[in-house]
This record gives sequence, C-alpha cells and structure tokens, in this order.
Amino acid sequence: MIRVKDLQKFFGEKQVLKDISCEIQDNEVICVIGPSGSGKSTFLRCLNALEKAQGGNIELNKFQVTSPQTDLNGLRAHVGMVFQRFNLFPHMTALQNIRLAPEKVSGVSAIESEKQARELLKRVGLTEKADAYPHELSGGQQQRVAIARALAMNPQVILFDEPTSALDPEMVGEVLDVIKSLAHQGRTMVVVTHEMGFARQVADRVFFMDEGQIVETGTPGEIFDHPKTARTRAFLSKVL
Amino acid sequence: MFSWFRSDIIVEYFPLFMQGLVTTLQLTLIGVAGGTALGLLLGLGKISRVEHGPWRIPVLVFIRWPSQLYVTFFRGTPLFVQILLIHFALVPLLIHQDDGWLIRGEWASYLKREYGAFISGSLALILNSAAYIAEIFRAGIQSIDRGQTEAARSLGLDYFQTMKSVIIPQAVRRMLPPLGNEAIMLLKDSSLVSAIGLAELAYAARTAAGAHARYWEPYLFISAIYLVITMILSYGVSCLERKYKTV
Repeated sequence: MIRVKDLQKFFGEKQVLKDISCEIQDNEVICVIGPSGSGKSTFLRCLNALEKAQGGNIELNKFQVTSPQTDLNGLRAHVGMVFQRFNLFPHMTALQNIRLAPEKVSGVSAIESEKQARELLKRVGLTEKADAYPHELSGGQQQRVAIARALAMNPQVILFDEPTSALDPEMVGEVLDVIKSLAHQGRTMVVVTHEMGFARQVADRVFFMDEGQIVETGTPGEIFDHPKTARTRAFLSKVL
Repeated sequence: MFSWFRSDIIVEYFPLFMQGLVTTLQLTLIGVAGGTALGLLLGLGKISRVEHGPWRIPVLVFIRWPSQLYVTFFRGTPLFVQILLIHFALVPLLIHQDDGWLIRGEWASYLKREYGAFISGSLALILNSAAYIAEIFRAGIQSIDRGQTEAARSLGLDYFQTMKSVIIPQAVRRMLPPLGNEAIMLLKDSSLVSAIGLAELAYAARTAAGAHARYWEPYLFISAIYLVITMILSYGVSCLERKYKTV
C-alpha cells in the first residue's frame, strides 16, 4: 500500500508537485500519463526518495519515505526502479549488472545470485546475452536487462520511469511485453508512460497529471473513453 | 666525432647514477602510491555533500572545506618551497630527539640521521601529488553520468558501495591518462628533492659534475635516463588505456 498525502516539491522557485495525494493498493498497476513537464517523473522519483519531498508525506508499505529516520537503502532495496535511459553499469556484463545488488545489499551467495540472474535473464528472453556488455546490446535488450536487474531484489513495488521513451519504435513492443508479463504477479507497479495503448491494456487505474497535480484518476475506460475534466480531454485529443 | 664527450665520467660515477636511479624510482613509486591513496580521500572530500539532516554542517566544515583548502594550498605554491618547508620545518616538528610530536628519543635521531632527507622528500612528493590526484579523481567521478549513481542507489546500495562498485571503476578508466601524466610529472619533479641532499639522479649528476667541472656529460646522461623512463611510463599507460577501452 502506497499512501501519498499533500506531496510538494520545488525546483528552485518553481513548484513541480502541488499537494499530491493518492493511494495505491498492493498488486495494483498504475499508469501515470500527462504532458511533458507535468511532474510525472518527479512524482515517481519521490516514491523511492531519489527526489526529496519538501512537504507532505509518503508511506510505502512499512516505510515512512519522507521521515528523516527512514533507512533509505532498505526502502530502495524494497522498491525497484527502471529508468528511461536504462542506466546499466557499462563496465559489467548483463549477468553482473543483475547480480550486483543481491550480492552487495542482501548478501546472497555468488552461486545463488548467478542462478537467480540466469533465471531472470530467461524471463526477459535474453538467456544468450548473459555475458554481453551493455554497449553490445540494443536499446530494447538493455532495458530488458535493466528490468531483470530491478527484479533481482524481488521488490514489492516497481517504478517505471518512461521505460520506452528512449527506444527506437521497433523495440518498444518487446519491452512493453516484458512489463505486461510482470503485472498482477504480486507486485505493485507504477508506470510513467506515453504509451496510451499500453496504459489502457495493462493499468488497473490511470492517473492523469498536469502542472504538478493529479487532475483525474480512474480506470482506463473512465479516463480514455469518458474523461471528466477539460484538461484531460485536451491532452487526450492531442495524443490519441 | 663525439670525442668531446667524456664518457669516462659516466663510467666512473656509474654506481652513483644507478643508486640515484633507484632512489628516484622509489620516490616516484611512493609518491604515486601515497598520492593516489590520499588523493582519492581528498577528491571524495572535495565533493562530499549531505543535503539534509544533522551531518550537513559537520561534513561541510570538517571534510569538504579542509579538502578544498588543502588542494588549493598544494597546487598554489611551488613544490620546491613545499620541499624546503617540509624538510626544515614540518619534519623536525614531527620527528625530534627531544620533543617530536610523533617520534622522540634515540629512534628519532636514528631515523633522521639515516633517512631524514628520504622521509621529507617522499612526504613532500606524496602531499603534493595528492593535491593534483585529488583533482583528477574529482573530475573523473563527476564525469560519470548521474544516472549511474541513481541506478545503484535505487537498488539499495549505500554511498560507499556505489562508489566502490559502480562509480570508481568507471572513473578510473577515464582517469588513466591524467594519472599517467601525473606519474611522469612526479618522476621529473622528484629531481627537486636533491636540494635537501637526497641522493637521487639529479644529485648524482651534480656530484659528478662538481668533481670534474664537466656539465654536459652527467646532465645529458640523466636526461636520457629520465626520458627513457617517461617513455616507458607513457607506453604503459597507453597499453592500459587500450585494455580498458570497453566503455
């Protein structure tokens, strides 16, 4: 369960998140849509404290994200994140990228972590790329490795920050297929995305954000077919 | 054709030159090793920052500012002056028969008699190169994309794990060329410690020159030695660069 109350964030003078409040249930898949600069990514990054909230509070399962006493490393081990630009470690092979956190953070043995990493690679369809370095992989393959890396810590929540925005169009599908396969497997997923078709298909609920606020929330059917606010309608008319 | 070149002077003083070479190499090695260790700490110190919480001020006052001050001082004053300051002022303060801060008594006078100039010389080279290497580390670390830190931290790695496993291995590859340059500079700058009577290459040349009042032979000879070592060093660095060129 993620509970956000009156979340505020400023970049300098500019307020990028304006009193955001929402609740996300366990095992729910949320897609966050909205125009560029609406605060979607910042909102997501506040959830694992990559960005420090400046007002309000966030509760994520047993973690008080916004409290200064919180063990942020423990929180982040519990919350996976997949980045727009993959951010794989370029000096490590795919397998090493996946093994790093289980070994360093959870103290998993080398044998166990390798076995698990190979299983994860199989799951994202990259069994044969275990020993490839990131620069030897296509964008889509890199992003699938990055997803496997996030899964290696067996997180209860996974955050996806525009996971297909940096990909060539022909690679978007393979990454979305992997993300779809993770939905409703006992994990909460929050996906910031511009892929409306994907959001409609996978999301339990869609959050529409604009100018630092969550303007409207609802099931994909409600948001896409019967948007209530003018801002939602204006946005959807541009992207659909 | 080279009859003016009295190679017999080189032959006569050859053992002294070789001893000097060994000392020069020792100084360079100690300078690079010590300077790298201290430079890494200083480099991390220079960019250390805690954004919130009770550690913000202590980190700033006791880590960041002193590191910056240190680098400013050692880069902003001549190495020659630093060597004199360390040999004649700092080391006597630390190692003294009667009231040394670190070492006293018999042991102190023995150290000073046998190794005085070597201790001061290597200390000066370590302290000086650390300032330059700190800048190399800082630039190397800051050149790594922020996304790398974010990815590592979002997996639950702490600051030091992130530095050790993710940032520094990548930064080191970028730092190899400037670190190689620094080693070459250090090799050449080590000749300055002859001023405090440490018998390295330049000192050997001065001795040979003084004995025969001949200057071309000894100084050309040690120039050739310096040149050969710097060329070997640059070759070694370029091999390393090629080896790690995967990124």
